[in-house]
Amino acid sequence: MSDIYEKLYYYFQFPFVRYALIVGVLIALCSSLLGVTLVLKRFSFIGDGLSHVAFGAIAIASVFNLTNDMPFVLLITVISAIALLAAGNNRRINGDAIIAMISVSALAIGYLLMNIFSVSTNLSGDVCSTLFGSTSILTLSVYEVWLCAILSFAVVAFFIFFYNKIFSISFDENFSRATGTKAGAYNIFIAVIIAIIIVLAMNLVGSLLISALIVFPALSAMSIFKSFKSVTICSALMSVTCTLAGILISILAGTPVGSTIVAVYIVVFALFYGVGKITVRK
Amino acid sequence: MAQLTCKDLCLGYDGKVIVENINFSVSQGDSLYILGENGSGKSTLVKTILGLMPPVSGTVETSDGLSPTQIGYLPQQTMVQKDFPASVREVVMSGFAGKSGLRPFYTKEEKRACAENMKKMGISDFASRCYRELSGGQQQRVLLARALCAADKMLLLDEPVAGLDPKVSHEMYETIDTLNKKYKMTIIMVSHDIPAALKYATHILHVGSEVFFGALDQYLGSQLGSHYTKIHGGGEQ
Ligand SMILES: Nc1ncnc2c1ncn2[C@@H]1O[C@H](COP(=O)(O)OP(=O)(O)O)[C@@H](O)[C@H]1O
Ligand SMILES: [Mg+2]
Repeated sequence: MSDIYEKLYYYFQFPFVRYALIVGVLIALCSSLLGVTLVLKRFSFIGDGLSHVAFGAIAIASVFNLTNDMPFVLLITVISAIALLAAGNNRRINGDAIIAMISVSALAIGYLLMNIFSVSTNLSGDVCSTLFGSTSILTLSVYEVWLCAILSFAVVAFFIFFYNKIFSISFDENFSRATGTKAGAYNIFIAVIIAIIIVLAMNLVGSLLISALIVFPALSAMSIFKSFKSVTICSALMSVTCTLAGILISILAGTPVGSTIVAVYIVVFALFYGVGKITVRK
Repeated sequence: MAQLTCKDLCLGYDGKVIVENINFSVSQGDSLYILGENGSGKSTLVKTILGLMPPVSGTVETSDGLSPTQIGYLPQQTMVQKDFPASVREVVMSGFAGKSGLRPFYTKEEKRACAENMKKMGISDFASRCYRELSGGQQQRVLLARALCAADKMLLLDEPVAGLDPKVSHEMYETIDTLNKKYKMTIIMVSHDIPAALKYATHILHVGSEVFFGALDQYLGSQLGSHYTKIHGGGEQ
């Protein structure tokens, strides 16, 4: 035990490890908050599509050798979020098909671009880390840490401030529109927030694993708790704890950060699901 | 004085007309029943009145101190996802979400009004229960309490008893009638239930290829009304 303690103490001497913990926890918190809304509305499709768009954007950024790619990726992803939302709302076209099309196109073009123009000697390594976020959380610059922290706080603040509206719109959009909530504006807001969360989460777990960060906490909490508030609080606590545990395990065991975190989520989800099944009221 | 007036309304989706020539007005304390065959455009009319979709032509106007967002709404089918986690209290409170503007939290006064509306609907006992674990009739009462939080002057109900058993339907009609008579709320209700319409309505709007609007006895005296009520079980008066 003291062995583990010493090892952790040693690693915590390094600022990048401390950054990774702080940023990881903040990102996990943000991703979990809108989970219920995303899981239960068609937004989860958009989330998945956006993660692929973000991958494409990163590929473009690396082709143009942008050293600071986060603002660029953020911009592209936010614009795509609004566009995908509009496509989903249009009754004349099949929104889901469009989203699927855009997301695979972004993935394919992104990989193609990286392949053709890459200056890196370790292409498959680069692609792999973009998709699975193998170590990127440990390589954040101070600037990126600050950007992540500020964006995370903005997301949390937005969620708390508009909590009641988000509940109302998620539960019954028609009713909330009929009684004066500007659901259209909130939907755009939510789409932008999703885009931000995705760009943030890419740093933590890579673009293929982002959905796990969003979906698992909500699904786990929903198998035990029955009110929106308790589910929200439980998902927030769960994602923060799991992410902390995941990062620490990956440091100690030398495993990739993203997939370790997701593995912890899976274990906890199975636990919650089991408990939910046993204690379910007849 | 009329609270709600619809003039030369022509309804449809994407410019395709479903029903036209709808003219009616509702005043405080009225109980307007909207009748018509399935697919005749009743729900479309409801959505148009609420401003959820634009009319093809014509106007919907509110007056007498009523604003369009002050109409409490009970949807025909609530598209609530099967496993949405929400307690009864949370659902009822959300009736205030549209009113609170940019204020992030509900006021004490709103919480008190929420408790009162739950009491009115007889659902106080399961305020902390999960909405989706309630029976159909209880769920409708929860949604009715939510509508009361959103509006205290006018309720617009789209087939509120669809899928409920006769006893529960009867209780629902009585509750709505109490809101109408005791609390002076204006009721606009889509229904297939002719006996209920004969018992509770003051006015009838019949929607279809032929449109009728008038007081209940006028409707019964008209050819359309006497025919429709006969074939849809309006025998008992
Ligand atoms: N979203 C929609 N888009 C196009 N047509 C619709 C839509 N919803 C309903 N309709 C059509 O409008 C007509 C009236 O529907 P509705 O108002 O729901 O009837 P009801 O009187 O049974 O409530 C129906 O023929 C239906 O097929
Ligand atoms: Mg209908």
